[in-house]
Amino acid sequence: MSYTVDPGLYAVGQPDAGSPVLVTANYKMSFDRVRRSLDGRNAWLLVLETDGINVWCAAGKGSFGTNELVLRIEGARLEQIVSHRRVVVPQLGGPGVAAHEVKARSGFRVTFGPVRCEDLGRFIDAGFKAAPEMRRKTFDTWERLVLIPVELVDALKVAAVAVPLFFLLGGLGGPGTFWSNALNYGLFAVVCLVGAIVAGAVLTPILLPWLPGRAFSLKGLIPGIAMAVVLVGLRTSVWASPPAPLEIPAWLVLVPALSTYLAMNFTGASTFTSLSGVKKEMRIAVPLQIPAGVAGVALWIGSRFAS
Amino acid sequence: MRFPVYLHNVATLALDEDKCTGCGACLDVCPHAVLVRHNGRVRIDDRDACMECGACATNCPVQAVTVQSGVGCAMAVINTALGRSSSSCCCVIETSEQKAANSSGSTATPR
Ligand code: SF4
Ligand code: SF4
Repeated sequence: MSYTVDPGLYAVGQPDAGSPVLVTANYKMSFDRVRRSLDGRNAWLLVLETDGINVWCAAGKGSFGTNELVLRIEGARLEQIVSHRRVVVPQLGGPGVAAHEVKARSGFRVTFGPVRCEDLGRFIDAGFKAAPEMRRKTFDTWERLVLIPVELVDALKVAAVAVPLFFLLGGLGGPGTFWSNALNYGLFAVVCLVGAIVAGAVLTPILLPWLPGRAFSLKGLIPGIAMAVVLVGLRTSVWASPPAPLEIPAWLVLVPALSTYLAMNFTGASTFTSLSGVKKEMRIAVPLQIPAGVAGVALWIGSRFAS
Repeated sequence: MRFPVYLHNVATLALDEDKCTGCGACLDVCPHAVLVRHNGRVRIDDRDACMECGACATNCPVQAVTVQSGVGCAMAVINTALGRSSSSCCCVIETSEQKAANSSGSTATPR
């Protein structure tokens, strides 16, 4: 399975010298979405080499940029193929593409298209004019939902390493046999890890606009604390064995700490966090998260061997 | 509170109104309508909504609008602090050298 398309000029439908030229990345999904959004309209698609990365990320990295665009315009001999002198660049390519430089170097005028592919048809029909809402990058519930699996996979990869460790340490120390201990304490540790991941990487993204605070780490604290309270309630009521001393405080500290850390990582997926803001948030959050994490683990290990 | 908007007063966006010609190039590229035209003059309307993507600065022909651009991603900050350069999509803050290396590399495969 291939995620890239060859860079260069493509025809969609039966374009002629008057058809619009739309620029996109060689990420297959971007390419297909543009093609689909044209919905029967004829157009030229100029695909830039972005190493299979989408327009926005590639523009940030510089590979979807002025230079690449000018080279592809020349390489495709675009001036001989179309009679007009306009290329439509997705607005999210803006950080990489300097319209005035493209114009100076290639003679082609860059018109920035809408943020969302789905608006492309309406944009073309309106004479290459974007309504104000087509220029806005939103971050609605659906857009956040589709990002959750990515966050989850990342978190679960790390958790996969931690789980056997918790089982092992859960089995050592404590009252009964190794296996009964591992099941009682290790299993609850796994439940707590999963709970923290759900709080930080699922609940926080979903509830993002309604959680108090602006910093993501702060937003992640509330679901984290709520999750910790629920889990501890579970541990002290329906769980097979009574909790070890220190076990409860350990999870009350660890679950929220993990949740705020994972919530903070969601800044990378979001569409409105600035680097200056993330740095500021981290200067405050990380010096609290690390000691909380260390203290939580220490308490839990203590709970295995105390008494 | 309007959403999405991030921290207060941190964005490094600046507009030199004396340099600005009012051409409007920056207005089209901003994904958060941070800049607006008001009585014929362009000005910063909603600084807190700025995500420092740099699109406005890239597209200003006279460098009237400036910003320290970067990707607002905690993992990227961590990776940079640890001296790692992870390849995960948006989550690397690259030096200009790496940028140049990236844009010249060719890995396309036929469909
Ligand atoms: S840096 Fe990006 S978000 Fe900030 S004003 Fe410029 S274009 Fe808008
Ligand atoms: S692009 Fe530059 S000169 Fe043009 S309106 Fe914006 S700030 Fe002013």
